[in-house]
Amino acid sequence: MTGVLLQAFIYLMAAVIAVPLAKRLGLGSVLGYLMAGIVIGPLLGFVGDETQEIQHVAEFGVVMMLFLVGLELEPRALWAMRHKLLGLGGLQVALTTAVITALAMALGQVWSISLAIGLVFSLSSTAIVLQSLNEKGWMKTDGGQSSFSVLLFQDIAVIPMLALIPLLALPELQEAAHSAGESHGSEMSLLTGLAGWQAAVVTLAAVAAVVVGGHFLSRPLFQFVALAKLREVFTAAALLLVIGIALLMSLVGLSPALGTFLAGVVLANSEFRHELESDIDPFKGLLLGLFFITVGAGINFDILFANVGTVLSLTITLIAIKAGVLLLLAKVFKLGKSDTWLFALSLAQAGEFGFVLLALTVQNSVIPAALADTLLLVVAFSMLLTPLLFICYEKFLLPRMETEQQSGNDAIPEKAKIIIAGTGRYGQIINRMLLSSGYETVVLDISAETIDRVARFGVQTYYGDAARPDLLHAAGLHEADMLIVAIDDRERTREIVQHARRERPDIHIVARAFDRLDVYKLFQDGANDIIRETFDSAVRAGRSALEGLNMHPFEAEKVVHAFVESDKSAMRQLAEVYDPEIPAHENTAYVELSKRVRDETETAVRSSQSANKGLVDRAWRPPASTDL
Amino acid sequence: MKKILVLYAHPAQRHSRVNSAMAARAQTLDDITFVDLYAEYPRFKIDVEREQQRLLQHDVIVLQFPMMWYSTPSLLKEWQDLVLEYGFAYGEGGDKLAGKTLALAISTGGSKDAFSTTGYQQHQLPDFLTPLRQTAHLCQLHCLPPYVLFGALSETNDADLNRHVDCYCQYLGGLRDQRLPADSIGTLPYFEAHQLTTLLETGA
Ligand SMILES: Cc1cc2nc3c(=O)[nH]c(=O)nc-3n(C[C@H](O)[C@H](O)[C@H](O)COP(=O)(O)O)c2cc1C
Repeated sequence: MTGVLLQAFIYLMAAVIAVPLAKRLGLGSVLGYLMAGIVIGPLLGFVGDETQEIQHVAEFGVVMMLFLVGLELEPRALWAMRHKLLGLGGLQVALTTAVITALAMALGQVWSISLAIGLVFSLSSTAIVLQSLNEKGWMKTDGGQSSFSVLLFQDIAVIPMLALIPLLALPELQEAAHSAGESHGSEMSLLTGLAGWQAAVVTLAAVAAVVVGGHFLSRPLFQFVALAKLREVFTAAALLLVIGIALLMSLVGLSPALGTFLAGVVLANSEFRHELESDIDPFKGLLLGLFFITVGAGINFDILFANVGTVLSLTITLIAIKAGVLLLLAKVFKLGKSDTWLFALSLAQAGEFGFVLLALTVQNSVIPAALADTLLLVVAFSMLLTPLLFICYEKFLLPRMETEQQSGNDAIPEKAKIIIAGTGRYGQIINRMLLSSGYETVVLDISAETIDRVARFGVQTYYGDAARPDLLHAAGLHEADMLIVAIDDRERTREIVQHARRERPDIHIVARAFDRLDVYKLFQDGANDIIRETFDSAVRAGRSALEGLNMHPFEAEKVVHAFVESDKSAMRQLAEVYDPEIPAHENTAYVELSKRVRDETETAVRSSQSANKGLVDRAWRPPASTDL
Repeated sequence: MKKILVLYAHPAQRHSRVNSAMAARAQTLDDITFVDLYAEYPRFKIDVEREQQRLLQHDVIVLQFPMMWYSTPSLLKEWQDLVLEYGFAYGEGGDKLAGKTLALAISTGGSKDAFSTTGYQQHQLPDFLTPLRQTAHLCQLHCLPPYVLFGALSETNDADLNRHVDCYCQYLGGLRDQRLPADSIGTLPYFEAHQLTTLLETGA
């Protein structure tokens, strides 16, 4: 027990110190984690061999990340990028493998080893690249999307590679392995003992299960769980989903990351999307962080120092080759200038799958262990350099190209992003108005029943408590242009407004208020527009009453106008003397003023022939005949 | 018998002496559709469809309003902007109003003397109505000269007002029953209550 605690303590400590430091220095979190790993591993020797095992666990962070990426990507969007995926991705893997294989052969390796090296190095690091792209907000750019397509293709390509590598085995190495009595324990699999076609059927069935199950079963399941109204149970369900799918995928020999990615895409349209996102996100973050630390910690300084020259020159050559191939592809696929560089620099490293493949090559006697150790360092080193390449892109390349592009392209204004909290009687009307005006909204509601009801009328709503900062974040608070708080819980409304204002000084907040006092509070909390929930309808009822008493409708309209206007000015005056510390009825200044402004409102409305003309009375008043 | 539609626009009927009296009496006439635009559209949300239908169902459209800043009250302007639509009142296929008659009943605060090139208003009254007349022309409406009450605020005593209201009703009735000599009216720049009696007599 203490051992585990100590380890956890060391890892967390390293992360807690290194990551904020790296961020402050503008280096990005990935580099922070990697550094932390180097410090606690090779440098200080706090952690040792167990990093290998921890790394396997931590790789699950990649699985979760792909699930989250999938959640952001609707099936339609995925289909739309199929050309990029196959074209860019396929060519990247094929060309990079070819060039590196050729080079390795030129350096005197046999073809089988060369090919294995080519395959290992053709892959890039999904973890580092996606994390960095997300962190910098480049995911949505053309370059970011292209990188993502390639990474996705690589994730798929790993599967045939895993199958191919054992076939490259060198006889002499194999013999040595056998005589040493080593045997690699095979993983549990559903496919053992099945004929090829049967295996194919089972595999396809598993994929189908993810898609169909995700589409039809997830909803009732999550609805059921949501009814319990226990946050941790929902989190458990979310984890269950991700782990379950990953398990199923590994049982049939498919990439777990790919499976969860697929599940994410299927669930991208689900009303539980944002809740899932906010539940999984912290796990993903921690695991990925852990993964990066283990990469840093796993660098073997002894081997490194023995071959510094080789490792460095190989790493730089690798990055140059990969970037070269990517630049070529960017040209062929006609990416913009800054996108080209982002694409080329972001994918120029080798990736975590490289570790897996290298381990496999050694196990299967494809590559001699000594060579594999050096290659492992090259993989790790190239990953280590990636954050630096990103910084290089951001600090030196991007500024220059942005100024160049500005003159050329017209900036296309992005569509406003609007979050609506609450889809009861109040929020629904707002949402319908916005939708019919062509805006897109993200609607959150805490009641699974309400969501289900409005879903029947075709209103898409996400499940979750908008008062939870992480959920608001998942719903896009960081990039939203407007937040509309339409829930009927006064305290929660204030929490949401306060939080949103703290996070986003510039966002426009429209808030539903219960009464006058609520208005003052929400004003202090930083809402821009505060609307008393019953005020307008009461005013309309008053107008109907006046019309019912045979007042000319346009006169009644003027009374409404006068009343609303003077109430508005009264609110403004009262807000100044209102003190949240004192109950309104005990605040003498407030009570006095409210009496006075009420009288003022009445004179404003009532027709008065006196010098102080009423708002209604003065409207369209011609000069008196005596004035002419 | 012609079908008569009166569109009445006055935004402050609580202050009105002239137009309210005219409206009150006109509403009592048989076979005349009387519409108080400010009562029907207090929030300026004009039902274009319904207004166009109304126009189609009538032969003579009478606009009754007090002159305000040398123009119509704003709701009546809104009515023109929305109801006289392209494809309905003008432009391609916009001949739905062709051949109908547009009549005007206007009260002004300014005196009769003031409405002259040398007077206080610097123009004659019909000059201020050029936009309306041209609108009628474009819509192929036959526009009659306005029936006017000058000095509606100070100069009009009760007897004058009563005569103006009486004659207004006779005018509407005359339009309805086709007792008006359109030709001889058409040559006048405008006409007042005292001229109407003669006109009706010559027409009958
Ligand atoms: C806002 C406003 C603008 C007016 N503009 C004019 C004008 O431009 N020329 C004019 O002769 N009278 C003008 N008047 C006077 C009105 O025409 C006059 O008050 C009206 O004809 C009287 O009719 P009523 O008793 O039905 O209100 C204006 C009156 C108001 C209230």
